[in-house]
Amino acid sequence: MNRVLARKLRTNVCGSKHIFQRACSTHVTRKVSSTAGSNETNANSTGDSPQHDIAIVGGGMVGIALAASLASKPLTKHLNVAIIDNNPLLGRKNIIEKGHLPDPRVSTVTPATISFLKDIGAWKYIEEQRHAYFDKMQVWDYTGLGYTRYNAKDVDQDILGCVVENKVLQSSQLSCVQESDLQKTIYPARLNSMDMLPSSSLTGLGEVPSTADLFMRGRLAKLELSDGNNVYAKLVVGADGSKSRVRELAGIKTTGWNYSQNAIICTVEHTVENFTAWQRFLPNGPIALLPVGDKFSNIVWTMDPTEASDRKSMSEDDFIKAVNDALDYGYGPHPETTSSGGSSLSWLTGDVNISAKERFETPPKVVKLSSERMMFPLSLRHAKDYVSNRVALVGDSAHTVHPLAGQGVNLGFADASALSRAIAEGIALGTDIGEANLLKRYEAERKPANIAMMAVLDGIQKMYAVNFGPLNAFRAAAFHGAHYISPLKKRIISYASGEQSLPLFS
Amino acid sequence: MNQMQRILSARRLSHSIIPQSCFLHRRWFATSETDASSPPLSSAHQKIQTLEDKASNKSRSTALTTSSLNEQELAKFSAIADTWWHSEGPFKPLHLMNPTRLAFIRSTLCRHFSKDPSSARPFEGLRLIDVGCGGGLLSEPLARLGATVTGIDAVDKNVKIARLHADMDPMTSKIEYQCTTAEKLVDEGRTFDAVLALEVIEHVANPAEFCNSLSALTIPNGATILSTINRSMRAYASAIVAAEYILQWLPKGTHEWSSFLTPEELTMILQRASIDVKEMAGFVYNPITGRWLLSDDISVNFIAYGTKK
Repeated sequence: MNRVLARKLRTNVCGSKHIFQRACSTHVTRKVSSTAGSNETNANSTGDSPQHDIAIVGGGMVGIALAASLASKPLTKHLNVAIIDNNPLLGRKNIIEKGHLPDPRVSTVTPATISFLKDIGAWKYIEEQRHAYFDKMQVWDYTGLGYTRYNAKDVDQDILGCVVENKVLQSSQLSCVQESDLQKTIYPARLNSMDMLPSSSLTGLGEVPSTADLFMRGRLAKLELSDGNNVYAKLVVGADGSKSRVRELAGIKTTGWNYSQNAIICTVEHTVENFTAWQRFLPNGPIALLPVGDKFSNIVWTMDPTEASDRKSMSEDDFIKAVNDALDYGYGPHPETTSSGGSSLSWLTGDVNISAKERFETPPKVVKLSSERMMFPLSLRHAKDYVSNRVALVGDSAHTVHPLAGQGVNLGFADASALSRAIAEGIALGTDIGEANLLKRYEAERKPANIAMMAVLDGIQKMYAVNFGPLNAFRAAAFHGAHYISPLKKRIISYASGEQSLPLFS
Repeated sequence: MNQMQRILSARRLSHSIIPQSCFLHRRWFATSETDASSPPLSSAHQKIQTLEDKASNKSRSTALTTSSLNEQELAKFSAIADTWWHSEGPFKPLHLMNPTRLAFIRSTLCRHFSKDPSSARPFEGLRLIDVGCGGGLLSEPLARLGATVTGIDAVDKNVKIARLHADMDPMTSKIEYQCTTAEKLVDEGRTFDAVLALEVIEHVANPAEFCNSLSALTIPNGATILSTINRSMRAYASAIVAAEYILQWLPKGTHEWSSFLTPEELTMILQRASIDVKEMAGFVYNPITGRWLLSDDISVNFIAYGTKK
């Protein structure tokens, strides 16, 4: 049987001309010889519609992370993967020029995610681009009753996390995939509909069943794309974000609610470099200032929808004043640094708590707005099931969280890692990768961890949304507790860093 | 060899079940010199004699084949043949146990044939036979791992189901299925690199003869893997009472406690058939996670890997 290994990259070779030539129906088919040699595992050329092992719907950070993770494992790197994403720029050569202004869409990656990215070989590409490690964090609120400082040295680490632009994360992982032996095809289209039949009772079949036959027998899922193509795959992975089409088509229900808050994100500039992550809880929501590198920082400011549209449209100078105010004396006083610095409690805690001795600091002043202000609504959403017949959900399509602790995409990366591990185990044991038991194992690993994190984040959000005088004592208690009780602080840092997946029992 | 004697002499002391802590260590069979000197006559040995007598009685009563098959057992399986591939049906325990069995098989065969364990198709080029393949639950994953698989079963319906299911995936459509017996294949002179007979020997009328056939099907220095249920009180409680009556995982009457073999009996029978048991492992079910795990506990389900001399 002839096996034709073709990598059809439907993106044009020439860069910018692509945008104007999109209307043309010509596409470039490039046959790139794979160094993997004759690949006996995937008999995907039955002549008719293309047949893949895995179809990843959504080529964002988490979808590409899954592909990169599969590409990095010896058991799965010979799989045939289809990536379906409407973005025509996906798969093109890395077009990020050095020295450009930071994009406001950034993510904080935790140390656990950093080791995942190192494992798949993407971290070396990220280090070539702008990225900002930070080792200190300060959290306080407008009441001025307390503050918490975290230091990576509290847990004997060098960093608490790293802030990287989303498009850098995506393109570096894509580079890993492109350099690997993984057979991949990118379909720049939208998913229209999806079909999979239950494994049916067996009736007579021809000599070599066609793709359509296999679909009718429930061995393959069929995806219909907006450009008219039909793609068949053994497993469909929904990595298409919080409004996931895959989740909708698979009939997976969700629970959740909208927070009556919108977030404004933008990039700002300082006169000095920023090495700390700052977060202040204001009456209507937290404002976070994260270092991005080269004296730039990223602002994530959560507030009421009306305020949000005001602040989005006000002049740049007014906005900068509002930001500096919010980070400084606006809404309330600074918390006092207790002069004892926690030494009164050190007999209780026993071990070293470096950040407890640190004074309260004010964040660096913002001098310039360096990007447009983007606004988006916030919500919490959780899929009731992560898996269904031949379908698995990863990332935001399975769970959407509040950005207040920078955890969202880290949960997604952990999902991608767990799913690729489950698939590798399945391949090692000769299982059909779309099989329910295999997928359920992925769900059993990730669901409790994700639900726990969502509960914690939602709890924090609700706790700091209540602005009632007497109850502010609890906030103060929370800040002081986290600041001075070092076992608690260590646990918080360790949980937020992704070192333990459950808050209580690891 | 001393360990074996110790265990067998311990059995002489009491007819009740020996605490399983004696042979928990997984590799207690992995001795460099397997002394094939005649084992002392012990109660275990006597038990095998009685088993063989019973078996020959049974086969005489069926008055049909000279094979080691048991007609009643065949009928039992024929009745539920359609449900082989229903993962929630009567074969659910096998579906759940399958990945665990495959993990053991993959690890032992990769080591035996010096194959790369991190390859996606480590069994490429190996000829395997799945004796008592049923619906092909084991044959299909083995084929996906690259092996050239032959599956045989004495129940015709099983073979038909297996064929239809295997044809649905190009990676498994090359499996050769036949409705035949191990003995007939021996007569045809077929040999294989590795012979697997999982969860079969407890349904067979004459275990000793069955093992002889399995051995004859294996090439010299080939591998043989058998799995079955231990004849222990715990196995009675879990595999029969719990599985058949309480949880109703299996139809009542699937297993007969008296046809179970203990690990030493199995080792002895295989020894007589020129197969040295090198490794043994047990399967343990975790009701909380709903998964089977490989363990050193061979008191209920166990799997044995041996090499043909």
